[in-house]
Amino acid sequence: MGRYFELLSKDVRFEEGLNACMNCGVCTAVCPAAEFYNYDPRQIVDQVQSRDDETIESLLKSDTIWYCGECMSCKPRCPRNNTPAYVIQALRTLSQKLGFFTESEKGRQQLAIKRTIGQNILSMGYCVHPSIVKAEMHPEQGPVWEWITENAAEVFERVGGNYNKQGPGAMRKIDDETLGELEKIFEVSGGSDFYDLIERFSRKKALEMGMDADKEDYFMQIYTANNGQHSHL
Amino acid sequence: MDTPRTIHRNWKEYQKEIADDHFYYARSCIRQNFFPGSETAYLNILRNDLSLDVYDDPKHTTCTGIGYHTDIVPLETTMTVIARQFALMTEAGYENFLPSCVTSFGLYVEILDMWEHFPELEEKARENLYKATKREFNKPKNLVHTSDLIFHYREKIAENAKYSFVDVKTGQPLKGVEHIGCHYAKIFPSKGIGGSEFPYVLAGMIESWGGTVVDYPERRHCCGFGFRNYLVMANRGYSVANSKKKFESMAPYKPNFIVGNCPGCAMFLDRWQYTIGEMEHKTYGPNGRGIPVLTYEEMTGLVLGYSPWDLGLQMHQVPVEPLLDKMGIPYNAEEKYLGINGKNLGKPQLPQNCVL
Repeated sequence: MGRYFELLSKDVRFEEGLNACMNCGVCTAVCPAAEFYNYDPRQIVDQVQSRDDETIESLLKSDTIWYCGECMSCKPRCPRNNTPAYVIQALRTLSQKLGFFTESEKGRQQLAIKRTIGQNILSMGYCVHPSIVKAEMHPEQGPVWEWITENAAEVFERVGGNYNKQGPGAMRKIDDETLGELEKIFEVSGGSDFYDLIERFSRKKALEMGMDADKEDYFMQIYTANNGQHSHL
Repeated sequence: MDTPRTIHRNWKEYQKEIADDHFYYARSCIRQNFFPGSETAYLNILRNDLSLDVYDDPKHTTCTGIGYHTDIVPLETTMTVIARQFALMTEAGYENFLPSCVTSFGLYVEILDMWEHFPELEEKARENLYKATKREFNKPKNLVHTSDLIFHYREKIAENAKYSFVDVKTGQPLKGVEHIGCHYAKIFPSKGIGGSEFPYVLAGMIESWGGTVVDYPERRHCCGFGFRNYLVMANRGYSVANSKKKFESMAPYKPNFIVGNCPGCAMFLDRWQYTIGEMEHKTYGPNGRGIPVLTYEEMTGLVLGYSPWDLGLQMHQVPVEPLLDKMGIPYNAEEKYLGINGKNLGKPQLPQNCVL
């Protein structure tokens, strides 16, 4: 067994997600990512089950493993009960643990996600908060959303929300004791270490690219860069 | 050929157990953000219209679902956060867990299933939780998505309905597109009403309340969220392209409205219509307008006679008034964008290149 295959096999999602794949391609046929990107989950599963270190390392460093949307459309369709999306989750985790994610344009985006969604979880107790869905970063949200964010407290109150206030209700402020528990959970269960690892490898890569990971321009680079080679549309 | 008896037996396989009462409610990050009025209405409907007991606990947090599905939060961390939610439910004296988010629902179901297959993971989650918070938990006896409960009581709601999905001018049923959201039934089809192949949780509501359901080719296709594919600006083409595939597929059936199970799907199916309108001058509804998108709470609230602006329909980018007019629901257009006590909050700008 190859080294990388052995590492992947320690992930329960890999164990649940990969039985012998017969390469029928049903997963690719239903896959929204395959609709848009140069992406073929059938081929990825086939490459992984080759157990070949060189092949798997190349996947771990590629854009390819970052195309999947984790919608799980592949899960109910596979006649062999494989779940290519679980295989992808295991590949992405390993790619980050080994620092290979910074080798691809799509992989480098993990830092942007960690600094937005990851930060929101620990600082506010939410994955998403109206204060960070800003119109300039989200033009697709449209003028109604812009009006909402300009008048957030009033609009939320109008519909029975409890915006940034203590007690129950939509978009309530989550209390400090609760946030403290969340932080402790991240510490004891490996979440904080994983965040640190994404930061560490990304900083190294930013330096290689002649940039500073602490500066806005690196964030914007990874958040917006698109080489135009990912999609066939 | 199936006999009626066989069909009945097969359909039973697509049902699920839904507790009747006493629920611990877990809010959704996305629903609170974009449809806060839906969560308010949901609790009001349960408590006031259905006389049910539901606990709204300020101490719960995100389940980390979006972080987990963007692969920045490790599985063990997500399991421990979920263990904490179950501990809060246990401490509050409840056994039935009621998440308002489809991503959360899928994750809760998935983790309970993993704990069955790998008991050592459950042990580890218990150990981590105790180490971090000194809390302990029981697993829920019943775990259903919030829409399952509305489905469960849909006939009772129909008995008290003030409006229905019938065109008041023609008497014809209105046509609804339903979208259950991938993580509602694709991860574990047996946990969703109708499974992933015969989605019925929203369809059952539409039918019980007078409408008909559009069965279009891309009915089961993802809305295009794709987690990292929407959250990072460089990837958003994936998201809009997949929503567009659905709009193109449903438009020939001339639906009067779309209803979403998952808060993210409802938001995307609303916002991407605006984006496509602005970018390509293309709209998918009748008379060159957009197709109104509802959450299932908003749909239920309208049927029960809740005010459209109390429900938060002013927070949608695609106006819902064409649907309200068809249903004969009265509204005051001047009050649409007012705050509490009639406070003037101004109005959103209109789109530049399309009329929604």
